[in-house]
This record gives sequence, structure tokens and C-alpha cells, in this order.
Amino acid sequence: MDTLEAELALPLRAFELELTLAVGGTVALVGPSGAGKSSLLHAIAGLVRPRSGRIALGDEVWLDTARGVERKPEERRVGFVFQDYALFPHLSVRRNVEYAGRRRADAYLERFRIAHLADARPGELSGGERQRVALARALARDPAVLLLDEPLSALDAHTKASVRSELQQLLRELGLPTILVTHDFEDAAALADLVGVLVEGKVRQLASPQELVSRPRDAFVASLTGANLLHGVAGPVGDDLTAVRLDTGETVYSTDLAQGRVGVVVYPWDVSVARIHHEDSAMNAIRGEVGSLVEIGNRVRVSIGPIAAEVTAASAERLELARGGCAVATFKATATRLVELG
Amino acid sequence: MRRALTAVAFFAAALVALGFLALPIVAIFAHASPARLASQLSSPVVTDALVVSVETSAVAQALVLALGTPTAYLLATRRFPGRSLFVTLVELPLVLPPAVAGLGLLAALGRNGLLGSSLDALGLSIPFTRTAVTLAVAFVASPLYVRQGIAAFEAVDPSMVAASRTLGAGSTRTFFRVVLPLARPGLAAGFALSLARGLGEFGATIMFAGSLQGVTQTLPLAIYSEFDRNFDAALAMGALLVLVSAAVLLTLKLSVQWTPSRQSSRSRFALSSWS
Repeated sequence: MDTLEAELALPLRAFELELTLAVGGTVALVGPSGAGKSSLLHAIAGLVRPRSGRIALGDEVWLDTARGVERKPEERRVGFVFQDYALFPHLSVRRNVEYAGRRRADAYLERFRIAHLADARPGELSGGERQRVALARALARDPAVLLLDEPLSALDAHTKASVRSELQQLLRELGLPTILVTHDFEDAAALADLVGVLVEGKVRQLASPQELVSRPRDAFVASLTGANLLHGVAGPVGDDLTAVRLDTGETVYSTDLAQGRVGVVVYPWDVSVARIHHEDSAMNAIRGEVGSLVEIGNRVRVSIGPIAAEVTAASAERLELARGGCAVATFKATATRLVELG
Repeated sequence: MRRALTAVAFFAAALVALGFLALPIVAIFAHASPARLASQLSSPVVTDALVVSVETSAVAQALVLALGTPTAYLLATRRFPGRSLFVTLVELPLVLPPAVAGLGLLAALGRNGLLGSSLDALGLSIPFTRTAVTLAVAFVASPLYVRQGIAAFEAVDPSMVAASRTLGAGSTRTFFRVVLPLARPGLAAGFALSLARGLGEFGATIMFAGSLQGVTQTLPLAIYSEFDRNFDAALAMGALLVLVSAAVLLTLKLSVQWTPSRQSSRSRFALSSWS
């Protein structure tokens, strides 16, 4: 399998998209909307022209501004799944899939379980069905690279879970260099080997999902991966321990070393919830009002003051948590990361 | 109490306005029996005018489609300096008094006009010929098509074009298989308006082409020349044009309603300023 290499600079409205990527497996780019994620995919597909750069798949050069090489979009072998899918509304599902060529259309209609919808128009399909048509259409083009623009964002929560695992399996089977952009870190972590955090056109951190969670480079990366983020001033207290005086008044401890203003990062699954705090406990503790209780499956997501925590439904009941009541969020110093404020 | 009065005033105003708009249409059909009108349709003045109208409209509208479609597409999709000037130029004939349009055509293509001597050298004389009728019709009617066409092409979702390109289609194939079908409802609406405007053309035609029976006399010109000679014939032609106009309007409304996609919602909006 060839590697897709992209190095480009593309001026956008408020900043310049500037990055270098080498894509073998699946790379996900995560970032807030307007970070330049879609623009990157459009540049690789040849739909917008970067100010400068080079894009190549193995030794097949798609763009090289220094040498004046620029292939048209139809000459780059990309399978592009657009946000909202961009299915042709005036063509049937079959015609959509056949658009790139009749040869493989039937196989893909079968494979994506949309053969029974072949004569339907895109307007008559559900979100999940549209997504499958979009994938079938992109693959019927026989691409060498797959570009997925927010492939799951148009789906409701119920459909999303099943579509995500299907997509996961598909990407593994295809083994194509794939760039996927999303604003949802969970989707990125589920689908990609490498996740890049894109902010204002630059990659802040590119690492495996595990590493992004365990060693976020800065506060922005941490909050994007779903962590609680608190602000405070850090100072060493010996024993490889750092004390952070939070802006809200409490003091928490971390095994990370830092000095000065820092971001304190705690993941919801590292937080325990109690009714009262034992002063002799070595745990960090933050007391606060229970703001919201959201049941997700057999877990309950609780917010206590500025902290989000996840507890089992059983313990939520045992603790008699109720909105407006008081509770204590506790977490270990070893689970407390200190990061730069990004 | 005051609210009730306001409501009554609104209903009364609407009643007067609608009555005023309907009255002339009703009068045309009420004045003579349908049989009497139909018998007039075979008189030479009427058949001659019908032939001139159909023939000139067919040629003029073919020109409008062939030249107007690429023009509308370029103006809708390209950004270049002076673009808004070109768009204004396209729209100008819409607000220009038809007599001025006819005058302009004479000044441009007449024997002593801007291009008159070059046309003369080619052995061409356009004024007061059927070609003049065709040109006058195309001049006043085409802006309706081009303007609507710009809106229709602008309403095509750019991601449709992008999708087509990434699926391996070049720009020509993309235009014919994606852009044109998606813009078609809007284009059809523009074409219907252009057709209706062209069939009703009077001022520019009489200035530039005159009113010679069997040569340049279209249905509206024939109505004008017949109404003090044979009022029944004028009424028959009037009734015919009412029916054609109604048919055009109906087709227009249906084509807008039966759009195959949501893509045309913007062109539907643009249409509301014309229909």
C-alpha cells in the first residue's frame, strides 16, 4: 500500500492552513469547526488549490507547486465522502453508485445492503442509508485514498453507534490510506490509528488516541479529548508532588511536575463521587452542587461544580444523587495531569 | 371593533383589486360567444399573425436557450472584475421601455445605424423583416431567462459539483449530468417567462420591424391593427393569447412545484420576484 504524503499551505479566511502529513493507515483530524479540516480534504482532492505544497501518493505526484504539477480532481484517485454526503438528488441510488462506473456498482449495492433501495431517490432515504450510499459511491470509483468529511455527524445518536462500528470494520478491510475529519474525539479514537488535533490550521498534536488521553500536550487537546479542565497556579511540595491552588479556591495535588499557571486535567472515568469528604483521605476532592444527571446506558454522567464524572447507575442510586444537592468529586493525584494552557 | 373594521377594509380592498384584475380577462370571453371567436381564428389576418408569432418565437427562444444558458452559467459561477456590470447589462432590457429598445435596435442595426454599413456590405438589411421581429423578441425576452438562469445555477450546491469531480467526471460531464439537471426547474421557469414575454412583444417590434401582415405582423400587432376594423378578430386573438399565457403560467407553477430536489429551493425564491 502506498503512503499519501501531503505538505501544504493554504490561506483560509482568518488563518493559514499549514501542515505536513504522511498517511498510511487511518488518520483522523479532530478540531473545532472552522479549524480548516474540510479545507484540507478539499485540497487533497484537488477541489481547492493550496498556495504552495506537494501532495503525492507513493511516486504518483498529484500536486507540486514548485514544479508546476497539478492534477485535476478527476485524475486523483480519491474516494470522497462529503459532509451531508452530497448524493445527487436527481439520480436514483443505483445511478448515484454507477456515476463513477457501472462495473462494480452491483457488488457495492450488495455489500452495503442498499440493493433493495436501488431505485429510490436519496431524498427518500434515512441518514444511515444515505451514508451507506455515499460510501458505496465513493468506493465504486476504485479509489487509492479515502477522504471522509464528518462521516458520522449527520446521524442521530442511535444510528451512529452501529454505523461507527460498521465503518471501523470497513476501514480495516479496505486498508486504504484514509483521512477522516471530525469534531468528535470519540469517533476519531474509534476509527483511527493516529489522531491529529487541528487548531486554526495547525496540528497541535498527532499521536495515538491512547497517547492523546494519557499525555495531552496542552489544555486544548485535553478538553477536546473529553477531559475536565480546571485552572490554577502550581508549585512543588516535594516528594515528586505538585500542589495546584485552583482559581476556585481549592487545592489539588498531582504527580506531574509544573510551576506557574497550569491547566489541571482529569478524565470523567477517573473521578469518584461521594456524599461527604473524609479530611484524612489522600484523594483530591472538589465539593460542589450536582448540576445535571444524565443516564447513558448503565452509567450516569454527573456534573459536580466544574467536574464531570461517570458513575454506575447503581452507585448513583446508592448515593441518592439529586440535582441541586451537594456531592464531592474525588480523584487521585496520579490521575491528575498538569498541562500548558493552550 | 377597530380590528373588525380593519379586516373589513382589507377584504374590501382585496375584492376591488381582484375584480379589477379579472374584469378585462372575463370581458374578452364574455363579449362574443366562443363559436364566434373560433370562427375568426381562420381569417387570413389571424392565421398570418399566428404563423409570424410562432416562427419568430421559435427562433428567438432557441437563440435565448443556446446563448443564454452558457451566459447565465458563467455569470453564476465565475467571479471576475466587472461581473456586476455584466449582470446589470443583462437586466437592463427588463426595465427599458420597449419603444426605446426598438429605437436602440434601429440605431444599431438600421441602414444608418452603428453596424448598418457593415451589414449593407454583406447584403443584409434587417429592419422591417422577420429577422427584425426575432431580434426584437430575443432582446426583450432573453433577460428573463438569463436572470432566472443565474439564480438557478447559483442555487446548485457546490458540493454536488465537487462530488462529481471526485467521482472522475470532468467539468463538461459534470455540467451536463449534474449541474444542468439540478438547475433545470429554474431554467424552465425562466424559459416560460421569456416565452410569454416574447409572445406579447409589441413596442420594440413595431419600432424595429413594423407591422406588415404576413411578414412582421405578430399576434399583438395584429390585435392593434384589427381592433377598429374587425373587433371580433382582435378579440379572438386576444382570447388565444390569454389561453397561451395561462398555459405558460400554469406550466411554470407546476415545474416549480415538481422540482426533483431540495436544491432548487433558492431558485424558487428567486422566481417569486417575477411571478
